[in-house]
Formats: sequence, C-alpha cells, structure tokens
Amino acid sequence: MRALDKKLIRDIKRLWAQALAIAAVLSVGVMIMVMAFGTQLSLSETRDTFYERARFADVWSSASRAPKSLVEEIAAIPGVARVEARISQFAVMDLPDMNDPAMAQILSIPESGEPQMNALILKDGRMPGFGQRDEVLVNEAFALAHDFAPGDRFAVTLNGQKRDVQIVGVALSPEFIYTIGPGSIMPDDERFGILWMSEDVLAAAFNLSGAFNSVTLSVTRGTDLAPVKDELEKLLEPYGGTGPYDREQQVSNAFLDGELEQLDVMARIVPPIFLIVSAFLVNMVLGRMIQLEREQIGLLKALGYSTFEIAAHYMKLSLGIGAIGVVIGWLLGLAASQAMASVYVEYFHFPYLIFAQRPSVYVIGAAAGLFAAFAGALLAVRRVAGLSPAVAMSPPAPTRFRRGLLDRLIRVLKPEQPTMMILRAIGRWPLRAALTCLGIATSASIIVAGLFMFDSFDELLDVAFVQANRQDAILEFAIERPEAVLDAVEDLPGVLKAEGALSVAARLTHGHRSRTIGIEAARPENDLVRVYDGDNRVEVRPENGIVLAKRLANHLEAEVGDVIEVEFLQEGDEVYLVTLTGTVAQFFGLSAYMELDTVAAMLGKTPTLQLANVIIDTAYEDALFDAVKASPAISGITYMSEVRRGFDETIAESAGITLTIYTLMAALIAIGVVYNSARIQLSERARELASLRILGFTKGEVSYILLGELFILTLVAIPVGLVMGYGMAAGMVESFKSDLYALPLIVTETTYWRAAGVVAGATIVSALIVRRRIDRMDLVAVMKTRE
Amino acid sequence: MADMVFHTKGITKVYTTGEVEVHALRGVDAELFAGEFTVLLGASGSGKSTLLNILGGLDSATAGQAWFRDDELTAMRERDLTRFRREHVGFVFQFYNLVPSLTARENVALVTEISQNPMRPEEALERVGLNHRLDHFPAEMSGGEQQRVAIARAIAKRPEVLLCDEPTGALDSNTGVQVLDALEKINEDLGTSTIVITHNAGIRAMAHRVIHFADGNIAEVVTNDSRIAPSEIEW
Repeated sequence: MRALDKKLIRDIKRLWAQALAIAAVLSVGVMIMVMAFGTQLSLSETRDTFYERARFADVWSSASRAPKSLVEEIAAIPGVARVEARISQFAVMDLPDMNDPAMAQILSIPESGEPQMNALILKDGRMPGFGQRDEVLVNEAFALAHDFAPGDRFAVTLNGQKRDVQIVGVALSPEFIYTIGPGSIMPDDERFGILWMSEDVLAAAFNLSGAFNSVTLSVTRGTDLAPVKDELEKLLEPYGGTGPYDREQQVSNAFLDGELEQLDVMARIVPPIFLIVSAFLVNMVLGRMIQLEREQIGLLKALGYSTFEIAAHYMKLSLGIGAIGVVIGWLLGLAASQAMASVYVEYFHFPYLIFAQRPSVYVIGAAAGLFAAFAGALLAVRRVAGLSPAVAMSPPAPTRFRRGLLDRLIRVLKPEQPTMMILRAIGRWPLRAALTCLGIATSASIIVAGLFMFDSFDELLDVAFVQANRQDAILEFAIERPEAVLDAVEDLPGVLKAEGALSVAARLTHGHRSRTIGIEAARPENDLVRVYDGDNRVEVRPENGIVLAKRLANHLEAEVGDVIEVEFLQEGDEVYLVTLTGTVAQFFGLSAYMELDTVAAMLGKTPTLQLANVIIDTAYEDALFDAVKASPAISGITYMSEVRRGFDETIAESAGITLTIYTLMAALIAIGVVYNSARIQLSERARELASLRILGFTKGEVSYILLGELFILTLVAIPVGLVMGYGMAAGMVESFKSDLYALPLIVTETTYWRAAGVVAGATIVSALIVRRRIDRMDLVAVMKTRE
Repeated sequence: MADMVFHTKGITKVYTTGEVEVHALRGVDAELFAGEFTVLLGASGSGKSTLLNILGGLDSATAGQAWFRDDELTAMRERDLTRFRREHVGFVFQFYNLVPSLTARENVALVTEISQNPMRPEEALERVGLNHRLDHFPAEMSGGEQQRVAIARAIAKRPEVLLCDEPTGALDSNTGVQVLDALEKINEDLGTSTIVITHNAGIRAMAHRVIHFADGNIAEVVTNDSRIAPSEIEW
C-alpha cells in the first residue's frame, strides 16, 4: 500500500467520530433514495406487469340498464380493441363471524367462465360454475380478513333476496389492488369485499337478463381515450350512463398512482437535502483538515508530489467517508425497503412478490452519495492548488479581524470579553456561520415537514367526522326511493334520526374545462351531513346554486359568481346554467353540492333519495344490523365509527414510527453539523483557548467561548428552520393533492416546539461531547504545537 | 572547480504583506557547485531561506534568473517545477515536517514511491543510523531522530542536490552533531551537492564554501582550505 494511502486510512481512523457523523447524514440520503426509488420502481413495474398480464381495462362506465346489443356498437368505436359488458352491484353481506353487516361489490363472470379483461388470478379453489346460484369467488384480502377458505358459506342480499352462498375460490383482480369501499377513506377488508358470481345468476337476481349495467373497454395501443369516452358516453346516455372514466379515475389505480407520486416526491426531495448537508459537512471538515495540514501539503509539494496527486489524496479521504455513508445507507435502505414492502403487502394486493431488490437502485444511491462527498471535497480541495510550498510551510498569518457591523452591536451591548470573542468569530466568518445556521435549520425543518401531517390528519378528522359527517351510519338503497322512505328508515330498530341524500352523475363545464362528477343533492335543513369550509358551515339552499370543493373549482378554473354548465348524464342533452355560490375545503374526494328540489326539478321528477344518513341508539345496534341484513331495500351500510376507528388505528400505528424516524433523521443532521463545527472550532482555537486557561479562565468559561457561538447559531437557526419546515409542509401538501384527497396545511404549536426541542437537544449533546475534549485539553502540549 | 549545479543572476524577491513591502533578496548573483558542501550563513531575514526556496523550486522570484544546470528555474511553470523537485532535489527543514500519521519507513516511502531510481527506505534510514527505528511514528522519536528521518527521506531518491534549511535549528548540540554527521556522510558517500542554511556560525568550519548573507545580498564568500568534523564543532 502506498504511504499516502496509509496516511489516508490513519486519518479516517483519527477522525472517525467526525467521519461517522458525516457518513450518517449521507447515509440517510442514500437510504431514502434506495428505499423510495427502489419501492417506486418495483411497485410501478409490478403494477405494469400485472396490468399487462391481467389485461387491465382502459375505460369504464356504468349505466342503469343497457341492452347487450349495444356491445357491438361500442366495439365499433374506433380504437376499441375489446368490450366487456357486465353486471356490477352493491349488496349487504351477513357474515358468520361478524354482527354488523358488511358490504360487497358483486361483479359478473361471463358465460365463457373468464372475463376478457381484468382477468382474475385464482389464489385458491376454482371459478364459480356457470349458472351455479350459490357459488361465489371472493377477493383475497376479504378472505384473509375473515379466514375464509373455499367451502365456507355466508349470506348476501341480492336485490332484496337474502341468499346463502358458498365460497368456491379466492382471487386477485387488477381492478382491486387497493380495495376501498364506496364512501370509505381507508381500506377495511373486514367490512368490504369483492364477490364474483356467474352472470346469469346476477342477471336473474337483478332483472338484467339480456342487459348490462357496467362496461369495460380496452383500446389498441396509442389510441386517444378522449374521443372513445365521448362516443361511449353518447351510446350509453339513453340507458342511464353515468359517464365513462379511464385508469386515472379508477379508484384502485388512482390510489396506487397517489402512492407512486408520494414515493417520487420523497425520492426527489428528501435525499438532496441530506446529500447537500453532507457535502457541506465534507467541505467544512476537509477544508479545516487542509488548513491544519498545510505544512504537510507544502512538504508533499516540496517532495515533488503534484497538486493533482495531493488533491486526489484528500478527495480519496472524502470518498472514503462517502463510501462508509453509502454502505450504511444501503443497509438502512434495505431494511427500510423491507419495512415498506410489509406495509404495501397489507394495503396493495399483488399476485407476485413485488419487492425484489434492484441492484440499479443501489448503484444510483451510491453514485449520488459519492457525488455529494466528491462535490463537497472539490470545493475544499481547490485550496490545495493555491498553496505554494514555501508559504505552506511557514505558519499562517493570524486571522485578520476587522471592525464591522457587529462591532456596533458590540458597542451597544458592551459584552464581556468572552462574548466579544464569540461575536467577532461570527462576524469574521459570516459565510461559515450562515451555512452552519442553515444546516441546523434544515434539521428543524425536517421535523416540521415530517410531523405536520399528524396535525393535518387531526384537522382532517375533525372536519370529516365532527363537523361535516355527524351520522353514525350511511344506509344505501338498492334503488332510488321517494323521500317518504325516511319514515320507514326511522322505523328501523335503533334509528333515532334519518336524513336522505341523492348523488347524481353530471358533467360540469366552465369554459373549456369540464369534469364528470357526482352532485350531492340534499335538503338545506339536514344536519347530519353538513357542508363545511374550515370552521364555517356553508348553506346550500335552492337559491344558492352549486357549491364545489375548492380543488374541483380550481380544476374548472371557476370562481364564486361564475356560471357553471351542468349536464346530467342520465337525462337528455339539456344543459342547465347554475351559479357557483361557494367553495369548500374538502379533503376526501371531489364533491359538488346542490339543493335536492332544484336537482329534482332539473331532472323533471319528484325528489328521490339514494341513501339515508342515520343516528343510531347503540343499545339497539344488533337489532338494527339484523334488520339491515334482512332488508331487501338496503344494498349497503357504512358504519362511520368503524371508518373512524380504522383511520385512528392506521394513524396511531404509523405515528410512533414516523415520529422516531424523523426525530432520528433530524438529530443526525443537527449532531453532524454542530459536532463537526465544534470540533473544527476546537482545533482552530485550541491555542487561544489554552492560553486563556493559562491566564486563569475556568474550563466553563473557555467552553462558553467555544460553544457559545454554536448556541447562538442554534438559537438563530431554530426559527429559520421552523419557517423552512412550514414551507416544506406547504410544498408537500401541494404535491400530494389529488382527486382522491388533499391534506389541510396545519402546523400546531406542539410540532414547532417538538422540532425546536429536538434540535436544541442535539446541539446540547454535541456540545457536551466536545466539552469533554476541552476539559481534557493538555495545555502544555497545545502551547508547544506550532501553528 | 567542478561543474555548476545552480547559478543565479540578479535574483530579487519582494514580499508584499498588507501595505508593507519586504525586500528579501536584492539582485543576488550566486554560483553553487556539484559535490560541494556549502553553508549559507546570515542573520534571520538576510534572505538565505528565500534563495534556498527559489533554488528548490518552492518559491518564485520577483525578478532575475536562476538556473539548475542548463534549465532556467525562473522560467519554469508549476508543473515543471514539480517534476524538478521530484527528480533532483531533496529537502530538509528545521521542523522536520514529517507526516505524523506515517512511520519512519513510510515517511521515506512517501518519496521512494514517486522516484525513478530510489534506494530502499530501509537503506536510506540505515545511512542516517536509524535502522532500529523503522516502524516508529514521529511522535515516538526524539527531535534528532525525526530530523534524521527527514534526511533519509530527502536522500532516498538519490537527489543531485540536498537543500537544508536550519536542519539543526531545533536541536541541542548532541543531536545536532548526529544530524550534521549524517549530512556530511551523505555528501561524501553519494557526492550529493549539499546546501545548508544556518545561523550557527560554528557549522561553517565543516563546509567547503561559506556564503555570508546580509540584507538580502551576498556579503562575502569564503572557501575553507581545511574542514573539521561535525564532532569538533563548537556549538
């Protein structure tokens, strides 16, 4: 081994604590790259393969009842490759292991026995036989939640007829990778399942012989979907079509997209922060090292080493630190990927093992990590070139202090000499002080950006469950009912109060922007489901026109006072002009609200209801459940307390882990920056501090001079970091926005205090470590060293 | 006399620190010969170190010319100077300038690894009487030993010239003599031209020639008819 390389290894050993502090920061960047990038890659590749193999459809639409003869016309739309007409219905299930009713989405299996599109992957058992009245196939997640296996039986109410069915198989479907019930915000595999049954059985049960109410299309590669959807809509309009949608709005796919988007944001935003901080640290430490070793550098030059060789030596040192960080990052990334994989396995249902480790991700992570170390070193190593050997070997001139702005401050404050030294040091190296400050601030900002989500969730839960949705349960009717049905609902056991609502598919157009959406129509006096905007209730009266979710209004580029064109998809071509009278901050879905009578008038019929929101007397819960399971009129029930519980559970599960991870990441940065700064200061000022000790200053006073600067910088950095964190949170809220959900931007005082506390704590810990070095300083030895 | 290794014409060096200009050299004409043991003598600030640094390719002149044999040092670019130092010059400094994280052997290897025809580090160390200290770190050696490692490091590449700036400046008389012994032995055995800067006037008696510096110029050149051994030097 070359002598210079031996020096390298011994240097790393000598600087191990500092090297490790830098490597740790760097490793977080590499870890997140490996984890987020790798997970995103495997998730998207697995999804694409699954979609390809299972022939995932491109366009979906539902209708109330369309004749099968329409299929040929649909197939004739240019670009359409395959068409599949099917039956899709919601139903209530009565499960042997549960008191409360569960909800099912039932899909038909064609006579051929295999759907052409959205192929089912059998995990167990077999497909239901054609015409077998009691055979069902269930989705795997539902089967797992209930420990169901082929042969098990339960009851399901099909169009009012309660039927005992037997599970013959368990399957996965590309349409239900993420399974979420209508109106839910979290998957609940216990209470929502997908059932597949023979088409003729469903046709008989739902009076749809020779007809269909759901259609899926696949198109030839490169086909523009917009004209296909337009054509399909025209064809289905006479039959109660609710508007075609493509993969982007397909719920399971949209959730997957959202997840991929989050991973993408994570992979693109978080690692650079850590890599930049570690580059800064490498620069700081190496810069100091080069300054300390200027005599050795001068000597090497005198010995005939070229500037390049010497620079390469120091570059190797930083790359060595980088390599340590990369290896730690790899290991952490591997662990994190596995943790992510176990989370995904719970929520996303893929047929094959998806989280294969990809070497390319590790290579990219390593390249990024080493590049950060390299870039940081390059800035420091430039100084090597500037050192002339003769100058390098003579002691450096004392740092020149000048009078400046800070001196005015000093004159006003009239501090003691030690404080003066601190202020002068900050004033002498303002850039270094600023960068140190920025590094510490980054640490604080990461905590704010990581933890604000819980504040947002709190707000979101408050709005969603306390202010807006106050019902205990939602009962869905198998078919639309007149308003008088509410009396019958109130007669159900345990129902204290019932209010109705109707959801109508409509296309909203404003200028050149348009959107197909369900308009929620209800009575303004309803109190169980209220339209809320932050703290203010928004009334939707007949004269109020239409109220839109803010994100929907933004999408339409519409402002309050604008006129929106409303076209109901199930009725004729008539376009109604409705004034936008308000917008509401809505966190789940995209909604539009109108008054029931107004909508009914536009539809040219008496008001009808699709669902009832109810308040329940929990004492009669079981009786109500039995009634719901037995009732032919009710096709579904969403139990709000379960939804809330599921949400709370999920958050509680992740809160502890998230808190720990972000705190660790932030502490790593804070310690990395503060510890390295303190060490460098100590090495730069050892003589000065030793002289003070010899003059009679105590260890405490000397420590104050050294560490006081860092405390001041930390004090300045914390508020800066909190503001930066708020900005990052705002950016995250913006980038996570989708049609499915949006987070409110809320950062509570607790989060700010927590961030400040972690950073202050990390500073103190680093300071204490360095303080030990000051205490053990050998005064004589320090004074003897030549600088 | 034998062939010339260095000669200079009107070498001038001006340092500017802040508003102060320091004239370190004021038009020096010097000649240094192959195989000679030369002592540069003078008060501190008289310009002898500056001249040595320019001859060694460590520093540049403000005006004037300097040659190493037929090559003009003052016309060389940084890269050529690096090669010149690598191939022809050995340096010994007052404060040894060893790399603290490398052992004696490794400090010497630092040079042998980049030289064309070096001696083995062990051989170089043996020549300065340190074959028993091969694997010691600088911190584990006395000042005299460290300086002898520095000499071993300087001669290991078999340089044509050995430039020593106050090699005994930080040493007491006993260890100083050991170091001077080592230098004289190298000069005798290998015929290396040796230039030693000192402000210890006693050392002049061991030189072939003594060049006196004063105020940035050569005041006097004395050729010694008879030389004494380092052990006879009055410290």
